[in-house]
Amino acid sequence: MSTWLRQHRRALGQALRRFTKAAGLASALVIGIALSLPAGGYALLENLRPITARLTLEPQISLFLQPEAKRAEAEALGERLRADPRVAKLRFVPREDALRELQAVEGFPELIAALGRNPLPDAFVLSTNATAVNALAADLAGLPGVAHVQADAVWARRLAALAGIARLGLWLLAGLLGSGLVAVTFNTIRLQILTQRDEIEVSKLIGATDAFIRRPFHYLGLLQGLAGGAVAVGIVCAALALLNREVSVLAESYGSSFRFAFLPLGDALAVVLFAGLLGWLGAHLSVNRHLREIEPG
Amino acid sequence: MVSFSSVAKRYPGGQEALREVSFMISEGELAFITGRSGAGKSTLLKLIAAIERPTSGSVIVKGQNIGALKRAAIPYLRRNLGLVFQDQKLLYDRSVYDNAMLPLAFSSHTPKEAARRVRAALDKVGLLARERSNPIQLSGGEQQRLAIARAVVNRPSLLIADEPTANLDAESAARILEIFVAFNQVGVTVLIATHDQGLVARYGKRILRLEQGRIA
Repeated sequence: MSTWLRQHRRALGQALRRFTKAAGLASALVIGIALSLPAGGYALLENLRPITARLTLEPQISLFLQPEAKRAEAEALGERLRADPRVAKLRFVPREDALRELQAVEGFPELIAALGRNPLPDAFVLSTNATAVNALAADLAGLPGVAHVQADAVWARRLAALAGIARLGLWLLAGLLGSGLVAVTFNTIRLQILTQRDEIEVSKLIGATDAFIRRPFHYLGLLQGLAGGAVAVGIVCAALALLNREVSVLAESYGSSFRFAFLPLGDALAVVLFAGLLGWLGAHLSVNRHLREIEPG
Repeated sequence: MVSFSSVAKRYPGGQEALREVSFMISEGELAFITGRSGAGKSTLLKLIAAIERPTSGSVIVKGQNIGALKRAAIPYLRRNLGLVFQDQKLLYDRSVYDNAMLPLAFSSHTPKEAARRVRAALDKVGLLARERSNPIQLSGGEQQRLAIARAVVNRPSLLIADEPTANLDAESAARILEIFVAFNQVGVTVLIATHDQGLVARYGKRILRLEQGRIA
């Protein structure tokens, strides 16, 4: 057991020494920069997720009455809507409330004051299910006293679809750059094997097993991957911090406190571990391919 | 310890290095293999260390059939052999001490025991005072002695040397051979290939002479 541990410690030590030479650090940087693209994209998408999730949850229809409609007409319409089984939730927004909401938004009070009167109609906001939304919107548009029907679900669905496409694109990018990581490691390990050629040959002559010879290279690939993953997470965090400085100025001007959230710790850890795994894989493929070429003789 | 019976070795190019070679080396023996360059001396030693495999016939080393040896078993065979090469195969990126330490990296010795063995091996070849030097600073004879120290640090029962005295002056060559004789005197089986017939004649040991791949 202690022999086994000693051999692993020795292999790790060798890998660390080789890694800290320029080539190992440069490879880690290359890997880190490549991986920061999908990791950064993932972080941005994660920031959008609460918005898309809320929008897609329940399709909404906004129903605007004609401006001259009487409150009694609105109440009658409300009764009728409540009776429709396709309507899940119904909320009446009187024109006074709508105006109050609007006045809370930066820049609007002046505009409304200039108009001199409330330009807003009474409205209903109702939620329904995804299958009924289009038919319901069409039916509502034909009711008397209704000026305009807007099915929010359409653009909500589009946004969700866009987010889905973006997510798929990110996975493709991650797959592509992950393969790049394996290739980079494959190549640095190949070069490392070539520079250690004499040592490998001598090791084979004095009775080193293949596992013994492979071990430092496996560790080197793992280290390079882990370091690359850490660099990627670092780049993403730095980029988000930089973005947040600008975003906060913009968001405050809209009265919002929006900030990009950093990668959750679990996700950041997953990026680092996954990069380490790919580094190990690249080293494994390289060692298997190139070690047999070096035989004493 | 080593037994060849009707061994032939043909290289991929069609060149026949060994033909119908049969001999036996007993435990504790010291034998020389002589012959001109190209006579098959190196091939013969490579077969013993499983660096090459016989085309036909059987090579038995310490009870193991080299022709049938699995790839994974080769390292364990070599750990019981001490190999010394004409070109020493030292590593110039580390000290004399670390070169001699190499074979102990995969042994089960404690670091303390390993250090003791390395110093003992360096002492036997007269290099203990140079343990911190780089092999490049050593003379040809000293480099060859370091190669011997590395070969014996694991205390193998069989020591094989391919032209260990080539490129050395007579005095250095004689010193190298004295070291091999000393190991043989404590029970190590020694097999040395050399083209220098004059040098080996004065030891009165067994000589296997190879001529064009056959034992003459």
